[in-house]
Amino acid sequence: MSELLRFATAGSVDDGKSTLIGRLLFDSKSIFEDQMASVADASERMGLEGPNLALLTDGLRAEREQGITIDVAYRYFATPKRKFIIADTPGHVQYTRNMVTGASTADLAIVLIDARKGVLEQSRRHAFIASLLRIPHLVIAVNKMDLVDYSEDRFNEIVEEFGSFAAKLDISDLTFIPLSALNGDNVVTRSEHMTWFEGSSLLHHLETVHIASDRNLIDARFPVQCVLRPQTEEFHDYRGYAGRVASGVFRPGDEVMVLPSGFTTKIKRIDTFDGEVDGAFAPMSVTLLLEDEIDISRGDMICRPQNQPTSAQDIDAMVCWLADETVLSAGSKLSIKHTTRTARAIVKNLKYRLDINSLHRDESAETLQLNEMGRVSIRTTLPLFFDEYRRSRETGSFILIDEATNATVGAGMILGET
Amino acid sequence: MQCCGVVVAELAKARGTSLPFLPLFWNGCVVNYELSHLKTLESESIHIIREVAAEFERPVLLFSGGKDSIVMLRLAEKAFWPAKIPFPVMHIDTGHNFEEVYEYRDRRVAELGIKLVVASVQDSIDSGKQVEQKGPRASRNQLQTMTLLDALEEHGFDAAFGGARRDEEKARSKERVYSFRDEFGQWDPKNQRPELWSLYNGRHLRGEHIRIFPLSNWTELDIWQYIAEDGIEVPNIYYAHEREVFERDGMLLAVTEFVTVMEGEKPETRTVRFRTVGDASCTGAVESDARTVQQVIDEVSATRVTERGATRADDRASEAAMEDRKRQGYF
Repeated sequence: MSELLRFATAGSVDDGKSTLIGRLLFDSKSIFEDQMASVADASERMGLEGPNLALLTDGLRAEREQGITIDVAYRYFATPKRKFIIADTPGHVQYTRNMVTGASTADLAIVLIDARKGVLEQSRRHAFIASLLRIPHLVIAVNKMDLVDYSEDRFNEIVEEFGSFAAKLDISDLTFIPLSALNGDNVVTRSEHMTWFEGSSLLHHLETVHIASDRNLIDARFPVQCVLRPQTEEFHDYRGYAGRVASGVFRPGDEVMVLPSGFTTKIKRIDTFDGEVDGAFAPMSVTLLLEDEIDISRGDMICRPQNQPTSAQDIDAMVCWLADETVLSAGSKLSIKHTTRTARAIVKNLKYRLDINSLHRDESAETLQLNEMGRVSIRTTLPLFFDEYRRSRETGSFILIDEATNATVGAGMILGET
Repeated sequence: MQCCGVVVAELAKARGTSLPFLPLFWNGCVVNYELSHLKTLESESIHIIREVAAEFERPVLLFSGGKDSIVMLRLAEKAFWPAKIPFPVMHIDTGHNFEEVYEYRDRRVAELGIKLVVASVQDSIDSGKQVEQKGPRASRNQLQTMTLLDALEEHGFDAAFGGARRDEEKARSKERVYSFRDEFGQWDPKNQRPELWSLYNGRHLRGEHIRIFPLSNWTELDIWQYIAEDGIEVPNIYYAHEREVFERDGMLLAVTEFVTVMEGEKPETRTVRFRTVGDASCTGAVESDARTVQQVIDEVSATRVTERGATRADDRASEAAMEDRKRQGYF
């Protein structure tokens, strides 16, 4: 059985990110001949010396014309051990918006550092965003080792420098790998030039990093998506609650509580098209059947009576602002989407804006503009059933939607009840 | 009954200090809480399909009879079972499809007891809204866009499921699961809504709509592995068979009433299969001996050419052919 690993890559134009991704795809035979031919063709027309692997992912006309990456590109490759989804996020333009988008579902993030330049402001920024989004595993790929003579000392300097910064962040698993994407050192196979490095190659790390226990299997949470009532002869009295387990485990016979009503009942059965299951865990999509007839609809949350999410209307969250035409400030009224529940929200106040380079908290800030983030208190028209984002990404996250333009303007990570 | 239990050590690790509650989950049945990549993808797609059914007024599933829309339809079936799929399917019919595909479509729709809407490119031409391309290279592929947009408008559909995958093509690799279209059906790749976690924003004004791509994260190989694992039937033309074909632009086109064989093109019988199924006038076959699902999987695993690269003349028009068509409202 092969598992799925989602990872995000962050880096800027010059640090060799495209080369690294190209190398991973190429060496795992995931770049096809016609794609390679079209890249070679386009590179030649642009007057480049060799094929520019960035063109594999920079698929939009504007990106090719301007030589920049505009948006997150998704790439896919597989080895016999795992299937991989890469969210390739551009490092320079709109870095926060793009990285937040690409990283929100990632199991792992790779931040590239140019061995010659060391830890730059943007390396810190990327690592900070990865920690804020609670990406469980962070890999610092120290690239271009060939240009520093594969120096162990240089690598150690960077490890030390980055390590002292990372100590201030909440990162649970941090791995450093020295590599040369261009020459393939430590990308797929271990480098002969860096025998001093005892860790594994990047691909080996991606194939083996333990992700199964990253999921929250404790807090049983089931946001109801819709109610299934076939009303056919065969399934006359069938009433199933369809949804995807956000966290925890549900089993037939479990005592459960339904929010907001607070009624308790037991799980009668857990259905899927392929048959009943004797347990459902994240991220399984299933249908729950309950012992008692209770009024349940979309937006309700099924949990366990002795382990409930917080139910509140006043919520504190770190919010990343994603809109360029509007700003967030006290009094902003927005639509909020959290699990399967939609409500309206008003911004009570902006407690501080976080400078993501210095981690300084500016408490005098009155607005959040595009790509800025800060701690915000909101009040919602309906109670939300949430957990801290650090405990559950599924029940701890929300998006904010502009009610006039319908654009997604904010991403929120819940800290707790105000 | 599927069995799923707990690896004790793993749960203990995840639970940290709350070990005393462990026996609650312990049921003497030991498998770990892991999902295969196919089950993970399946679950993600079902979640998306249910979200759309719950939040939109009039969704529709675009069904072409190709393997991707076949898998998508199966996922929709799974999402709502034992209830019926709560939306119709729509076929944008160029009139240039293989007979096997029509048969498959009609049989499947009858099985599921759902409504089929056929929007016909021929009708658009007959009513004077569109003009047929001329010459031996004429194709109705481009004409589908207008028929599609007209049909969405006519029926008031506000969400349209498509079977496109991000691994297919570079413009598609940048597209969201929920892809917003303005009142002209246009896609604006530079101004896409950020899409975070599994929180999808389907809000739109009247006249606008959202294209939904539940298979965004699937690859060609995933589709075939799923077809094998789930025992899904696909039209026979996906498997190797003898067919009269001729070579054009490095592709093998089937000799049908819809294409004109030009001078110098020599029809001959070869053993081929189709990797994609679309308009017969621009969908090429590949030489293949793969007569079973497993053989197809082996072939797809070993191939060095993408499916669209091998089989789609429409993508060959230019570097950004797909992006340009998508901007106009194509699938």
